[in-house]
Amino acid sequence: MATSTPDRPAPAPKINRIGLAVLDYRGGKTTLCAGCGHNAISERIIDAMYEMGVPPERVIKPSGIGCSSKSPAYFMGRSHSFNAVHGRMPSVATGAVLANRHLIALGVSGDGDTASIGVGQFIHLMRRNLPIIYIIEDNGVYGLTKGQFSATADMGSTLKTGVINDLPPIDTCAMAITLGATFVGRSFSGDKKQLHAMMKAAIAHNGTVMLDVVSPCVTFNDHEGSTKSYKYMKDHDEPLQEVSFVPAFEDIAIDYDPGTTIDVTMHDGSHLRLRKLEEDFDPTNRIQAITRLNEAHEKGEVLTGVFYVNSKAPTFVDLLNMTEEPLATLPESAVRPGREVLEQVMEELR
Amino acid sequence: MATTDVGLREGSSQAGQKPVVNNMSIQVATVNGSGSQSSNTVLLRSIFQMGVPVSGKNLFPSNIAGLPTWYTIRANKDGYIARKKEIDFVVAMNPETAEEDVMSVAPGAAVLYDEPLNLSRLRSDLVFYAVPYDKLVAPVCPEAKVRKLVKNMIYVGVVAKLLEIDVAEVEKAIRKQFAKKVKAANLNLAAVKAGYDYAAANLVKRDPYFIQRMDKTAGKIIIDGNSAAALGCMFAGATMVAWYPITPSSSLPESMIDYMKRFRIRADGKATFAIVQAEDELAAIGMVVGAGWAGARAMTATAGPGISLMAEFAGLAYYAEVPGVIWDIQRVGPSTGLPTRTSQGDILSTAFLSHGDTKHILLLPCSAEECFSMASEAFDLAEQFQTLVFVMSDLDLGMNNWMADPFKYPEKPISRGKVLSKADLDRLGGFARYEDVDGDGVGYRTLPGTDHPAAAYFARGSGHNEKAQYSERPDDFERNMERLNRKFETARSFVPRPEVDTGKSKIGIIGYGTSHWGLIEARDQLRQEYNIETDYLRLRAYPFTREVHDFVKQHDRVYVVEQNRDAQMLTLLKMDLEAALHTRLRSIAHIHGLPLDARSVTDELMTMEGK
Repeated sequence: MATSTPDRPAPAPKINRIGLAVLDYRGGKTTLCAGCGHNAISERIIDAMYEMGVPPERVIKPSGIGCSSKSPAYFMGRSHSFNAVHGRMPSVATGAVLANRHLIALGVSGDGDTASIGVGQFIHLMRRNLPIIYIIEDNGVYGLTKGQFSATADMGSTLKTGVINDLPPIDTCAMAITLGATFVGRSFSGDKKQLHAMMKAAIAHNGTVMLDVVSPCVTFNDHEGSTKSYKYMKDHDEPLQEVSFVPAFEDIAIDYDPGTTIDVTMHDGSHLRLRKLEEDFDPTNRIQAITRLNEAHEKGEVLTGVFYVNSKAPTFVDLLNMTEEPLATLPESAVRPGREVLEQVMEELR
Repeated sequence: MATTDVGLREGSSQAGQKPVVNNMSIQVATVNGSGSQSSNTVLLRSIFQMGVPVSGKNLFPSNIAGLPTWYTIRANKDGYIARKKEIDFVVAMNPETAEEDVMSVAPGAAVLYDEPLNLSRLRSDLVFYAVPYDKLVAPVCPEAKVRKLVKNMIYVGVVAKLLEIDVAEVEKAIRKQFAKKVKAANLNLAAVKAGYDYAAANLVKRDPYFIQRMDKTAGKIIIDGNSAAALGCMFAGATMVAWYPITPSSSLPESMIDYMKRFRIRADGKATFAIVQAEDELAAIGMVVGAGWAGARAMTATAGPGISLMAEFAGLAYYAEVPGVIWDIQRVGPSTGLPTRTSQGDILSTAFLSHGDTKHILLLPCSAEECFSMASEAFDLAEQFQTLVFVMSDLDLGMNNWMADPFKYPEKPISRGKVLSKADLDRLGGFARYEDVDGDGVGYRTLPGTDHPAAAYFARGSGHNEKAQYSERPDDFERNMERLNRKFETARSFVPRPEVDTGKSKIGIIGYGTSHWGLIEARDQLRQEYNIETDYLRLRAYPFTREVHDFVKQHDRVYVVEQNRDAQMLTLLKMDLEAALHTRLRSIAHIHGLPLDARSVTDELMTMEGK
């Protein structure tokens, strides 16, 4: 028996609290460019969903059009996807969530899809506080059409061709906070730790989560002069906090110092822990969040972290007062009133 | 006071003229926002309650207050309820249009006018009645603010006296109109009585028009097409409504909100529906597509401009195969066009709405009854064929009041189409979303949230194979498009069949929607006045069924009558019919924005017949 251990059973595959392996959260092979920030975001989604033990069958992945919106094919193959039309994912997601209020919507959009063609639907999605995680994979450029500026590109940044952007950017985070989204943050596809924690907190939130994730386009916007490149982000990323997340099902009491750390209790009892890197920033204060974002623009910083959380606001699903059972599967007896109702209405019309 | 009447009274030699009973059209000309809608509805209902078939058509401006509006009530013993071209009785309340209103009627018509307008000076071949409304309204309505509204109820009283409408029926109609507002009802009733008494004391009947009791409306209801559609959708089991306000469709979802709140809230207080006012028509259809994909019975209602905006999503729904119902309450285009006038101008653009090879199922209701019944058919077809179904109503049908038979409770159980459950997937092991398993072109779908690892598929507007995977392969694309075509062909045998009256003539007429009412009358006119028999086919859906082909084959000449400029349905027919039949089709098309009247069709058809 000098050899190794032929009789030892293979190590049990690692599984999450609902008995699924990471593999169960994977999708098709990516067709995006090697090094594309979007692939890193897909990985964070897979990890977060796996770790949170979300049943993939309950998740839907609506998306718009563009490189970002193709990415739902590359993660969570056991979840329904709807790659819809350009800039109109919010309405598709809204319809789907109302049809089945128990679905967990993870919408994937891009900066062109959101801030240009889709800005109207984006605004109204934020207003409604629909339960959805809305991710902008933000690279400041149209990739699939080969490198035109988008509306999140910074003033003065350049295209590969040298063309200078002379219009101001739209700050999707400031806009989302102003309009009524209840969990708003910005991250960077290259900041694994921060994005991972924010993604898990996003899953725990009930309401509209708007995450703007700067995600460099290695082909069209990773050059000198770009403000959405890996290098620029490494130099200018200014985290507001150190973000960590303690899920409700992990019954671990981790001590924290209330003087240096803000604890936000999420809808499901989880805890979002934000270790302050700046004095006095309160992520439950909308006005302060918007002011801080404006300051960051003035200073030329790319502020990241959780800017605003409100875990108590009613969602669009609450407002509509729908049955607990999904509208989609209500039986005929629940949706077709009886003969006596028709008789009554006919009598009123005689 | 009423000096003109004294003069005319002397010449009341019309005593010998033949009375015209239950056959007239009354046109009330008022100012928009003056409350005339209530007065007109009361007048319409009073005649209806007398058992006389009646229709009411509101010709209104795109305006809240101040512009001229006309309301035409037609009473007809034979049941003709189309717009009548000739006006027999004018109620001229609007100083701005009064002269034109008077000048445009045929000799012999009666004119009831506000005394200061002094209209009787304009023509000598009409019967004039002057009423001093301001003097009459003051005593019955001390509150000056509402006099403008109450004033209109006075003409109801005068007309009731002149036409001999039972005042008890007018009272009943007022009580219904003002249902719970007893004070308002009493006030309006007083105004009616003031008008009635004035007419009794001061006006001598010199026109030949009378309403007399009949029994032709017993058991019938009065309802507008949009409310009928709303009821139909409620009974069809609609669960999700997304809409954006646009004339003339807004009253459909609004009426639905009322009905759903009354009848679709469960005992626990929870709603079995979601109704969302979207930010625009793009979002409205987007929500419908999202909800339909996730398994709701989803719908929206709009008009031409909204249809244009929905084009891209319509293509997505066609190609990703998502069910949904869209009501197009057609109004006059192009562009903003005449937003408050009726048309059948969206037929071609809707049949092929979106880019690429896209085509859609259209249903063509002609009546309030069909607005109700086609709602269930539309939802069943949408889910059976996993596609959008457009119900092509119009402003005339949607916004005007129509007499109708009580609606029939839908006997067919709700059909949800081919949806695989978890149990199905356990048995099958998996599925390919766009595989034509049954040879009818319709694949099986799963709903998001189905608790099975193989339930998910990737819905997309981009090229895909049977397994819903992204594909740019020419053979995949071609096969999929051919299957979609096969699905459309299958739908041919399931859509509502046309109503056909054939075998009597070599001349055929094809019509659809609200044109029907003018057409049945025109056919009678052709028979009675010219001794010409015609056959008739009323289309009820696109794609066209076998009967449509047969009908064209059976006739030498087929007049396709529609309310648009470019003969849109005729064009659609040509695409479907063998080339040899094309020359048999002739177009009678109207684009003036007014509901189609029989006389125009009769005249035009006779001209085209060379007679």
